[in-house]
Amino acid sequence: MTDVTHDHASSTGISNVKLGMWAFLGSECLLFGGLISTYMLYRGRVTGGPRPSQIFDIPFTSVSSFILLMSSLTMVLAVSAAHKEDDRKINLWLTVTALLGATFVGGQVYEFTAFYKEGLGFSTSLFGSSFYTLTGFHGVHVTVGIIMLMSLVGILKRSKVPGKKAEVVEMIGLYWHFVDIVWIVIFTLVYLIPV
Amino acid sequence: MAIIERPAPTVPAVVTPTSTYGVLKRPVSATGWRSWVFTVDHKKIGIMYGATAMFFFIVGGVEALLIRLQLAAPNGKVLNADLYNQMFTMHATTMVFLFVMPMAAAFANYFVPLQIGARDVAFPRLNAFSFWALLFGGIFLNLAWFLGGAADGGWFMYAPNSGPVFSPTNGVDFWALGLQITGIASLAGAINLIITVLNMRAPGMSLMKMPIFTWMITVVQFLLLFAVPVITVALFLLSFQRNFGARFFDVAAGADPLLWQHLFWIFGHPEVYILILPSFGIISEVLPVFSRKPLFGYPFVVFSGAAIGFVGWGVWAHHMFASGLGPVSVAVFSLTTMAIAVPTGVKIINWTLTMWGGKLWFTTAMKFAIGLIVLFTVGGLSGVTHSVAPSDTQQTDTYYIVAHFHYVLFGGAVLGIFSGFYYWWPKVFGKMLNEKLGSWNFWLMIIGLNLTFGPMHILGLQGQPRRMYRWTEARAGEGFFNLAFWNMIASIGSFILTTGILMFLINVWVTWRNPKKAPLDPWDARSLEWMTTNPPKEHNFDVIPTVHHLDEFFHRKYEEDATTHTMKQVATAEELMAEQERNADKHIHMPSPSYWPIVLAFALPIITFGIIYSYLISVVGGVIVLFAAYGWALESSTAPDSDFENNTPGTALAIHD
Ligand code: HEM
Repeated sequence: MTDVTHDHASSTGISNVKLGMWAFLGSECLLFGGLISTYMLYRGRVTGGPRPSQIFDIPFTSVSSFILLMSSLTMVLAVSAAHKEDDRKINLWLTVTALLGATFVGGQVYEFTAFYKEGLGFSTSLFGSSFYTLTGFHGVHVTVGIIMLMSLVGILKRSKVPGKKAEVVEMIGLYWHFVDIVWIVIFTLVYLIPV
Repeated sequence: MAIIERPAPTVPAVVTPTSTYGVLKRPVSATGWRSWVFTVDHKKIGIMYGATAMFFFIVGGVEALLIRLQLAAPNGKVLNADLYNQMFTMHATTMVFLFVMPMAAAFANYFVPLQIGARDVAFPRLNAFSFWALLFGGIFLNLAWFLGGAADGGWFMYAPNSGPVFSPTNGVDFWALGLQITGIASLAGAINLIITVLNMRAPGMSLMKMPIFTWMITVVQFLLLFAVPVITVALFLLSFQRNFGARFFDVAAGADPLLWQHLFWIFGHPEVYILILPSFGIISEVLPVFSRKPLFGYPFVVFSGAAIGFVGWGVWAHHMFASGLGPVSVAVFSLTTMAIAVPTGVKIINWTLTMWGGKLWFTTAMKFAIGLIVLFTVGGLSGVTHSVAPSDTQQTDTYYIVAHFHYVLFGGAVLGIFSGFYYWWPKVFGKMLNEKLGSWNFWLMIIGLNLTFGPMHILGLQGQPRRMYRWTEARAGEGFFNLAFWNMIASIGSFILTTGILMFLINVWVTWRNPKKAPLDPWDARSLEWMTTNPPKEHNFDVIPTVHHLDEFFHRKYEEDATTHTMKQVATAEELMAEQERNADKHIHMPSPSYWPIVLAFALPIITFGIIYSYLISVVGGVIVLFAAYGWALESSTAPDSDFENNTPGTALAIHD
């Protein structure tokens, strides 16, 4: 059988989905590039509202960043389990990854609420608008990642994943690592470097 | 072993769907409207892209005519100031985002897989999704006309014009959100075509054996891949400001008015190459065929295209010379802008040398291609005058600029598109377009174009500003520089131009009613897409060709005679086709139609509509997205083997053995 989109030996040797994810992530770099530039331009402009140094809780955010980084490790374990076709371990590590991600998002929600109570609204200042936009976009990316991970667990349980399992796990893994790396950049630029 | 009769019928294996994991059964129709709405066939999608783009070309054209009616005489009364602002904003938005880009996507979708010897794109369902998102995004953008007024800040929508104070209607909201949707469509399309080109080339086709049109499209897709996210950010900032109270462009809060301008033009300048390079690709196919010579300096054309792609990122600020960037930035961008003229010049030289000494065959396609070279050069020359910053400061925001970009966009992009219409029409529809009407089409367009946009150089240098809803007799100059005279000429020209375009539509109509069947290889063409039937079978190639040459099809037809060193015909297209059919692949399973692309795309305007009117509607849209995404993920792109079993004899290509 000559199937048009699968099985067909690809010219690069990398599967279509994986290459497609790489291209998408390349594009995402510019999305975050634009958002980060906007934040860097505006982070000092507070018009009477709180300044970054007044509200950031570095120890708290460091912990949640650490949790997110750990989720990259568990993702690696999931991918390696997928290569060994160890279904139980795939499920385990995907679930742990999603839970760690969810913890990070929970931390972000908590952080946003705290900042809001301290007087930094979305419309308070340019700092407020650009801070919430940048970190919010990242948070949405993590959330989408969690949804994909959980869906994958569900689909794998019913073993109905179209295509090769390892490919799909690996593709979501790429996305997940990318989102983590972006967070390292954001954490450094937004939280660690003083205005 | 059941062998089904030959010659192979054109319809591949029919699918009897099992249910898609309890959600919905796959659509199967091979005829009727369903075969279009749920299709994932890159050729059908290409045709739908083309029809959509043509429709929006007419919309944008009507808007342009209203503008020219208004400006034909002093104190125009056709449009009031507000409506005029909406008109030029939507004219430009429609022409750029809803005509030229989708039309390029139409050609790309149809011909890239054919040119690289593939049977479809890498992600057929994503392809369908791109199209539907484009269509729904375009409709959404234009809904604003009926819901309080369209966007009115000019196509680059500078702050603070885009803010609620100067644009109180929802027009800008529709604009920003609508472009967000078409942006998603472009991004998905770009990923799809890039992977298709990287991964699905026929055996033997190295990158440097790829047809030049495919090359140019590939460069464009990379530009899109990196330019779209930048405009996405800009549009998000704008929407957040207008809909959620963010402060990004609020100067009172200390905002930098240049932020938008930088983001817009970092996208916007690559965008102009996104508009022009597909047409460069088209005429680089047309010129060699009708000069009966290979493209002169193929590697140079490839690399200059790629160079334009790179340098295109370094010139954005030349759109901002008048905004107080500071002398160093202005000088740098002035130089990069002059530099980018070089690869463009290289191309023009290559095209000219391709024709040099060739046996020229002046078909309509060829005429349009030559028209492009000439008129684009005119636009390019006035472009170089802008790269000199002091001179640009005089010209900016006058009709001189309007003249410049219409020469490059209309004289460049649009003429290339028309060249493509005439060249590939027989391939797509199996019918020839009428050459005599084509000639009328061409000459009326060329005359109209020059009469419309030529005088604008003079108007601009006389100081007539762009985007002014009327001019008064008091401004009219003396003698040769009389504004009234040249405005009238420009308006008359625009109607001649319109007549030219109508000739094309008439041509389509006439040849549809009285078709002249296209021969297999009407132009004695060179590249792989011509090694298929007219129109191509659903699976494109009965057997995937192995490629040995650039211009593979030509080299299968002709071989060099060892003694005379001339090319001698060794095979006809018909013979090559017959050979393909004899060796046809067994069991070709094409990607199966799907409901999900259109459902997913339809959710997008619902979400954006909700952002403007009520978040509740957005929630509904979000639920549809989730539903469609699951349906999509659970369905494999090609139906499972078991679904192919109950083939009705005669409609199936498969041989069971
Ligand atoms: C049908 C023939 C066309 C005519 C008669 C026409 C006419 C005009 C005129 C008179 C303006 C200036 C309005 C003003 O500044 O007050 C304008 C603006 C513009 N046109 Fe066209 N045009 C045509 C086709 C096109 C095409 C094919 C494109 C692009 C592919 C295009 C892109 C633009 C753009 C980008 C602007 C700038 C709008 C702005 O200032 O925001 N036009 N057109």
